[in-house]
Amino acid sequence: MGEAIVVTSGKGGVGKTTTTANLGTALALMDKKVCLIDTDIGLRNLDVIMGLENRIIYDIVDVVEGRCKLAQALIPDKRFESLSLLPAAQTSDKSAVTREGMLDIISELKQDYDYILIDCPAGIEQGFQNAIAGADEAIVVTTPEKSSVRDADRIIGLIEQKEMKRPRLIVNRIRNHMMKQGEMLDIDHIVQMLSIDLLGIVVDSDDVIKASNSGEPVALNPNNKASIAYRNIARRILGETVPLQSLDEESGMFSKVKKFFGIKS
Amino acid sequence: MKQKEMQLITIKGTKEGLTFYIEDDSSFGEIIEELEEKLAATPTSEKNEEEQSLSVIIKLGHRYITNEQKKQLESLIEKDNRFFVERYESEVIDKIQAETWIEQSEIKTISRIIRSGQVVEVIGDLLLIGDVNPGGQVRATGNIFVLGNLHGIAHAGIDGDENAVIAASYMNPTQLRIAKYISRSPDYESEGVYMECGYFDKEKEKIIIDRLQVLPYVRKELRGLERRILNG
Repeated sequence: MGEAIVVTSGKGGVGKTTTTANLGTALALMDKKVCLIDTDIGLRNLDVIMGLENRIIYDIVDVVEGRCKLAQALIPDKRFESLSLLPAAQTSDKSAVTREGMLDIISELKQDYDYILIDCPAGIEQGFQNAIAGADEAIVVTTPEKSSVRDADRIIGLIEQKEMKRPRLIVNRIRNHMMKQGEMLDIDHIVQMLSIDLLGIVVDSDDVIKASNSGEPVALNPNNKASIAYRNIARRILGETVPLQSLDEESGMFSKVKKFFGIKS
Repeated sequence: MKQKEMQLITIKGTKEGLTFYIEDDSSFGEIIEELEEKLAATPTSEKNEEEQSLSVIIKLGHRYITNEQKKQLESLIEKDNRFFVERYESEVIDKIQAETWIEQSEIKTISRIIRSGQVVEVIGDLLLIGDVNPGGQVRATGNIFVLGNLHGIAHAGIDGDENAVIAASYMNPTQLRIAKYISRSPDYESEGVYMECGYFDKEKEKIIIDRLQVLPYVRKELRGLERRILNG
């Protein structure tokens, strides 16, 4: 039996879809059978980030409304055999999928897959309720911004009312220099306020955007900091203990010289 | 006529006015009868007309009377504008009254985090073990004590009790509300303070936030474990 994990945030644009794509990729790299579900019906993105847009024939609404079988709608990933995507519909809206439809799909997928990652739409309405309906666990994504942390708090409150495991937190888009100068909320502060377990931290990286645009999730790149962060998170999902990444940039020549002279950067 | 010697109502005069002691083992009808007689027997003194009417305290002993009966007694006593009923004193109250009384004087303990968008409302005092996050709200008819961080909104005395107070281990609220008064945090970014309380100052007509240690001086009733409860 697989595990269904919903990736949610409340606020839009904090990186739910990117996180889903990269965690899916990282888990697939570790030979797990993973299915990604895009529940952002009407505004689908996950297929674009995965680079699978041109392969969509059927989508989740077709499955719910019985126009095709679930297996027909699943798109195998072009890189990993063990990774599939159930895309959202672009022509319908959130009401096209019901809670029951969602539960059926997830329980069917659980038979074949180790992990089912559900990409949740922004907001707390029907789309959110559908997305979390079949999930066993939730990963809450936030950025180190007040508004995003507020929304995460709201979402955690809603998740706590459901019969789910305690949600875990990913702090995304960390800009180290801003955090050091106190212009961004620091991670300890966020974790203390939300008082849920920290699953991982991901630094903001230009490569993430580049990768999204090219349809190759950044987790495929073994040298990028964000990629390593996603891989670490995947390992933590599997139950390994992995220490948090250090935020400090690899010291270049200039900072080495500064260190030599005892100047604090 | 045979019971005439047995007094059902004893009237005593004090400095403040009159006290009516009413026997608690006779029927209400008999009481009304005797009261009518007694009142008729007291002569109406013309001189006193300009003076204030006398206040009357009615001691009911272990008798319970309904609101209708109270009205009946009052209309009888206040008929000639010579007396007015100041208050009733009874050894007993009814069950509903007792239950609301208990509820209002009880401390409700809740242990959880009040997150953004969540509202917790209690009758009586609230003891929250946990945080109130920004966007969260706690409301109580009595006092609010937060054993944790207060970042959101706390509203004490929601039914209008201006004596209600708010205390928190870490005070950094968006708003403090007591009865109908609201105090909000400053517009600039401010650090919270540990161990503080908020109370309504009647002279300044605003909510004052101060160290927790001043609380027993501004609200003496909080000193003791037992709450001073007025018999309604």
